[in-house]
Amino acid sequence: MIQIFPMQAIAIESRRRGQRLVGPIDLTLGGQGATVVIGPNGAGKTTLLQLLHGTARLSAGQIDWACPTEEARHHQAFVFQRPVMLRRTVLENLTYPLRLRGVGKARARQMAEEWATRVGLEPLLGRAAPVLSGGEQQKLALARALICQPTLLFLDEPCAALDGRATREIEAILQAAKSQGTRLILSTHDLGQARRLADDVLFLLGGRLHEAGPADTFFNQPETEEAQAFLRGDIVE
Amino acid sequence: MVDIWSGIAQAFWLVFTLDAELLEIAGRSLRVTLSALLVACLIALPLAALVAVKRFRARRLVIAVLNALMGLPPVVVGLIVYVVLSRSGPLGVMGLLFTPTAMIIAQVIIIVPLIASIAHQSIRDLWEEYHDLLISMNVTQRQKIQTLLWDSRRALLTAALAGFGRAIGEVGAIMIVGGNIDHATRVLTTAIALETGKGEFALALALGFVLIGLAVAVNLAIHWLGRTEREGRW
Repeated sequence: MIQIFPMQAIAIESRRRGQRLVGPIDLTLGGQGATVVIGPNGAGKTTLLQLLHGTARLSAGQIDWACPTEEARHHQAFVFQRPVMLRRTVLENLTYPLRLRGVGKARARQMAEEWATRVGLEPLLGRAAPVLSGGEQQKLALARALICQPTLLFLDEPCAALDGRATREIEAILQAAKSQGTRLILSTHDLGQARRLADDVLFLLGGRLHEAGPADTFFNQPETEEAQAFLRGDIVE
Repeated sequence: MVDIWSGIAQAFWLVFTLDAELLEIAGRSLRVTLSALLVACLIALPLAALVAVKRFRARRLVIAVLNALMGLPPVVVGLIVYVVLSRSGPLGVMGLLFTPTAMIIAQVIIIVPLIASIAHQSIRDLWEEYHDLLISMNVTQRQKIQTLLWDSRRALLTAALAGFGRAIGEVGAIMIVGGNIDHATRVLTTAIALETGKGEFALALALGFVLIGLAVAVNLAIHWLGRTEREGRW
């Protein structure tokens, strides 16, 4: 398997209409574990993920992977806060990324069925994806992202609109993916989820990286006043 | 009113007795229209998808022109095709004037903007929905277009049916380029115009009812084949 890590972001920035949304941020990411990006609404979490993934354009700075950028992107997947469902059946949603990569029809179907079983969607394989419940759609989006075995999976608040049970199921899938070697970078404003999943934490505020480090250190001994306030549950802007 | 009842009765009679001339004219109408529809879809649908997903300088202009061309006067289209295909025209050497091919060309020109405009609207809406997902999946432009066309196929069916409706009812352009020649280029609409001109209102009405019946039958068949309104909510 191709090595895409370490990834180094150097002074990356995102500006829109002259206004800085994110950055400048310097960041180095290794190839294991789960990095959780936390911060209040509007902190720039989604934009940072999009910049790292390459779906948002850098206004300044650069991102270096251990391999060519196009190659690195080929080994990534992204799960959105609001799952985007192809207007197809659950089975066809699962086979779609495989077919794009040239996997044969029979093999794609077999893999889709395996993944559907793994995430508990097997009984719904023939159902139209857009009519599934929110939790089912997010599980499908997750399975569709993981089916190509990405080296790196970005997740933008994947459980934001889900209830406790669905959140638990999604987190179980993420833990399993992590244990099988998929690198996770997810944003959340749910501190409980961050504590459960994070190996490292990036704390964003006002588009800037205020604190970064191991999850234990961040949650037990946050350095900055803003991070301390955020963890106390105070309103931080 | 008498003419209408007489027309309905005559239409039933023509269909019931499988009138040879009617079958020939109706068959030609269908052949010409469906051929034009097929060619127009092959041009209009990828064009609509391309305009929806690709950002280029003249994009808005192309959309505006496509929308404007929806109201293209068929007689003018017929005239232009006539000039181009006439013996002294640039394509006169091909000898296509007063043939079904000329009629197909005219119909294609008329319905491409209509199909492309309606299709563009649907594909653009779907592209907004799929944009982030497809970009994140790193799909190629070709894969994007294929995905959008496939997933909006039911909406595109509506666009195609609108094109079919316009083409099968077309008379002005195909009269000019086809010439309404018996056993060669006569179709239902030009036959109706001819019979009306001769004062044969009942026969003209009968042909009109057959035309309507044909259009409805083709629409129903396409809906049935496309499994519209059967699977899910799209």
